[in-house]
Amino acid sequence: MSDDAFIAGLERVDDVRPPKVDSPLKRIALAFIEDKLAIVGLVLFLCVATVAILAPWITPQNPYDLAQLDIMDGGLPPGETSFATGGTYWLGTDLQGRDMLSAIAYGLRISLVVAGISLGFAITIGVMLGVAAAYFGGRVDSFIMRIVDLQLSFPAILIALILLALLGRGVDKVILALVIVQWAYYARTVRSSAIVERRKDYIEAARCLGLSHRRIMFRHLLPNCVPPLIVVATVQVAQAIALEATLSFLGVGVPITEPSLGLLIANGYDYLLSGRYWISLFPGIALVLTIIAINLVGDRLRDVLNPRLQK
Amino acid sequence: MIVYLVRRFGQSLLAIAAMAVLVFVGVYAIGNPVDILINPEANQAEIEATVARLGLDKPLWEQFLLFVWNALHGDLGDSFVYGRPAVEIILERLPATMELAFVALILSVGIGVPLGVLAGLKPDSIAGRSIMAGSILGFSLPNFWQGMLLILVFAVLLGWLPAGGRGETVDVLGMQLSFLTLDGLRHLILPAVNLALFKMSLIIRLTRANTREANLQDYVKFARAKGLSSRRVVLVHILKNIMIPVVTIIGLELGSMVAFAIVTETVFAWPGMGKLLIDSINLLDRPLIVAYLMLTVFIIVTINLVVDVLYSVLDPRVRLSEVKG
Repeated sequence: MSDDAFIAGLERVDDVRPPKVDSPLKRIALAFIEDKLAIVGLVLFLCVATVAILAPWITPQNPYDLAQLDIMDGGLPPGETSFATGGTYWLGTDLQGRDMLSAIAYGLRISLVVAGISLGFAITIGVMLGVAAAYFGGRVDSFIMRIVDLQLSFPAILIALILLALLGRGVDKVILALVIVQWAYYARTVRSSAIVERRKDYIEAARCLGLSHRRIMFRHLLPNCVPPLIVVATVQVAQAIALEATLSFLGVGVPITEPSLGLLIANGYDYLLSGRYWISLFPGIALVLTIIAINLVGDRLRDVLNPRLQK
Repeated sequence: MIVYLVRRFGQSLLAIAAMAVLVFVGVYAIGNPVDILINPEANQAEIEATVARLGLDKPLWEQFLLFVWNALHGDLGDSFVYGRPAVEIILERLPATMELAFVALILSVGIGVPLGVLAGLKPDSIAGRSIMAGSILGFSLPNFWQGMLLILVFAVLLGWLPAGGRGETVDVLGMQLSFLTLDGLRHLILPAVNLALFKMSLIIRLTRANTREANLQDYVKFARAKGLSSRRVVLVHILKNIMIPVVTIIGLELGSMVAFAIVTETVFAWPGMGKLLIDSINLLDRPLIVAYLMLTVFIIVTINLVVDVLYSVLDPRVRLSEVKG
């Protein structure tokens, strides 16, 4: 080897810098977008959420303002023009002359709000009880986990039906039922990861510093239990949307004044057999797309956040 | 073993007691029980007679004991709509629901296990991938929506099968059964498929995962090296070993099928106890609702208990870990 080549080689070695360490969030985001289906799911979900949030401003009509409905337009198939305004009903109308496109956007809003609020409450209750069970152990643990086991031994739909049959229908009551059905999943998830973390040295160190139980539980223990929680949350949100739709379809969910997608489907169900398929088919497609979008995102997150599958 | 049995039995009793308290609190504490349990059309004398009979004038704890006492004697009140004991009406509907649940279970196992094995043996093939995609749809889409699509395709568009009802039934030992007549069978197919789809997806995923695992084990490699036909390897060596978790799931899911039948029965107007529950909720027939809930809880708890005990007989590790824990 000549001297020149040797020196050139050295220079090349000098060029090698230590690899840049990305923040965990960036690493997860980069891994997430490697999967095309997951991107499709994310984009789809963002579209659905945007439509739901902006429903009052982007829909052709307010489907629950009776002054805007024209009975002459009742039961029109998709693509027909309105007798009253001359506008086009892209997804048809129901028998009251309500534009299905607008009704779906409003229904989506209610479905997502119900699922979102119940997620917030269920995750808060579940996380607090799950962390407490893992941190304190012993009696507290077995008491909380007994309740969780007891509840999970019954199908979620049965428990929700029991509650709603006794309480009556209403948006607040559906949210209450969803929270009661779902907190146990979060509690179980958080507990199982917290019970592993609790034995690690940093928790011991925090205890030696004399920090309060609350501070250790929520500032030290909880942040290390978040990844599995996110995965369970995406699955559970999709479940919550489906469960709410089912309950509303059965007539025990949201009231008729605030129709979610499930109730729209139920309203159109009576006309399905007479050939007016669009009244229940299109709300159903909206519901299904929402659920699939969330599941696609959740599936990818599960792979990305699973430490065993990380390179 | 006896320690385990006693503990497991105690848990079941606890579950039933907890649900009884929940239902009791719902009926007696949240609402006014006079409104809930007494027919709104009853006159003053009838109201007073029922209040006295149900003990609604007594303190709450005494009422609860009375509720439990009556429930233990199979008395959960009379239906407003039918004017007969609620338990009796539900038990009349029980065979229809059980028939639906069993046929659905057979379908989900009969189709789910072969598909799962196929997807597990060839996970990267087109067939394997489409089976998995189908199973994801099977359990992420709401049950009632799948049922409506089935009706739309097979009853409305193609006109092959009836959209609802039970069809002709045959009396067997005092139970009305549909699957013995051609007409009844035609009515049974769609609801049974609808109820089966969710469990089928679950079974497909479970069998697929287990088959993939078993396929890599030494005993399977050895069986192949011995020159056994791949049919024999799959049917005898792999299938035998993956059936243990599948059987457990089947047992546990039978209970939830009774609950899921509520949705299917409503979609297909199947006259079982689930449809009865929804009708009763709409008619505010509360004694029937209470009776349905208590009875279903009892059925599910009993099935779970039987499955757990059977499982502990088959697999000693379960009862040993339970006793230690």
